[in-house]
Amino acid sequence: MKSLRIGSGAGYSGDRIEPAVELAEKGDLDYLVFECLAERTIALAQQARLSDPEAGFDPLLGERMRRVLPFVERGREEGQRRLRLISNMGAANPLAAAREVRRIAVELGLQGLKVTALTGDDVLAVLQADPGQLLDNGATLGSLGDRLISANAYLGAQGIVEALQADADVVITGRVADPSLFLAPQLFEFGWAEDDWTRLGRGTLVGHLLECAGQITGGYFADPGVKDVPDLARLGFPLAEVDAEGRAVVSKVAGSGGRIDTATCTEQMIYEVHDPAAYPTPDVTADFSGVSFSMVAANEVRAEGADGRARPQTLKVSVGYLDGWIGEGQISYGGPGAVARATLARDVVLERLHLTGVVFDDVRAELIGVDALHGSALGTRTTAEPWEVRLRVAARCADKAQAVRIGNEVETLYTNGPYGGGGATKGVRQVVAVASLLLPRDAVKVQVHLEDAS
Amino acid sequence: MSTTKLRELAHSRTGDKGDTSNISVIAFRPEDYPRLLEALTVERVAAHFAELLGGDAARVRRYELPNVHALNFVLPGILKGGVTRSLALDAHGKALGAALLDIEV
Repeated sequence: MKSLRIGSGAGYSGDRIEPAVELAEKGDLDYLVFECLAERTIALAQQARLSDPEAGFDPLLGERMRRVLPFVERGREEGQRRLRLISNMGAANPLAAAREVRRIAVELGLQGLKVTALTGDDVLAVLQADPGQLLDNGATLGSLGDRLISANAYLGAQGIVEALQADADVVITGRVADPSLFLAPQLFEFGWAEDDWTRLGRGTLVGHLLECAGQITGGYFADPGVKDVPDLARLGFPLAEVDAEGRAVVSKVAGSGGRIDTATCTEQMIYEVHDPAAYPTPDVTADFSGVSFSMVAANEVRAEGADGRARPQTLKVSVGYLDGWIGEGQISYGGPGAVARATLARDVVLERLHLTGVVFDDVRAELIGVDALHGSALGTRTTAEPWEVRLRVAARCADKAQAVRIGNEVETLYTNGPYGGGGATKGVRQVVAVASLLLPRDAVKVQVHLEDAS
Repeated sequence: MSTTKLRELAHSRTGDKGDTSNISVIAFRPEDYPRLLEALTVERVAAHFAELLGGDAARVRRYELPNVHALNFVLPGILKGGVTRSLALDAHGKALGAALLDIEV
């Protein structure tokens, strides 16, 4: 029976490139998928596009393509397995990204590669026609006014399938649900019906396991002495071999770092899942509640038991909007009495912010090394006094000038605060927040564009 | 039964979606799963994170995955606005699971 080998070349926008090259070279892959769009990435990319119409796609697109396109070319030679690429690195500008891929292919001397772009996820214009719509944070779309930056629907696998039917070597998308990037080649190759919920559920499990790349091969896992990961520095990325029934074995390239076993697979299956019996995607409501994992060989795990039910009637839309400014300052204290001096510094900064009338919506003042991650109740479970501690004060302000004053009041501790404060840093950043709403499927029109060889 | 830290029996991973964190707890050995089921009630976990949850403590949910001897805790509101606008140092809540492993079972 025909099987398909799908690799995962990135789990987020800034991910390492070497493991993707390793997979392209040695993974004997049919498809290499790069998942590079976090919740907020597209809103940031949209801002970049506003200042430059040819910008707004993943900043690492060029480097990734230069490194892996030669293997796509190699796959076109006789006797070689054909390799195709799928990625959401198009972000806010898939058309410009596809042009860039085309340009790089020509630069590398690769002739006749078919590069396609998928559009239709950008629904900003559709939403602006109906400003009364309610976001999940309780605000109406209209209330965001000119702070509204972007609105992108999570597309399913179908548009990518159409691009593959058009014989694309490279498919560049904007917002597509992460597992759908991986489900698409399975749908295309195996010809599954779009209401074959069980197989779609199985294919979605494969996508969900692969979409964070190194997180299933030993990344986000090592806990020395408890959960050790061999050769973490050379962590390899995963691939799955899938058959037409949706049965899958997850593995990695021999000789790469990391580990894949039932423990890493179980952690990743539950990652970012709420009800395991109902994981909604644009393609299917996947059911992972009956999944089990078994070892086939070292670093090879069989996943089985996924199922699915009818897909949701609506598509989730992520709405990006400007939401003020965050100002932040940090300073360190060390040696005997460090915690007491940092605590005094914290009190002083908060009092000065009050005395000088700095206006903020929300403020946090915490001691890194004591209570910054988990609060003071958990942070004081250990009784040992840390040798060093770092004060961090952050506040969200409507106004940039107010936000600037947060870091300044931390920096002034050098000469106006407790003994021995060192290494102060300060900064201000604009907040690009994300909220969501649901849109009927028929409000979204997906289009496949072929970037011509000319 | 003597008290044991959860870290000796189970491992964990934290994920985030918007304002909500989910924390898996996976038994190293299948035979310890019933013990996790009994000890890690929604109330225990909510109490462990009481300071971080504030008024959202009653919204904690638990899902059971017996096939992989794991529990999944879903904690809406614990990320205080979510990755994009939170003031927290760890806005994703990536480090939350490690804090749960200190609970006694």
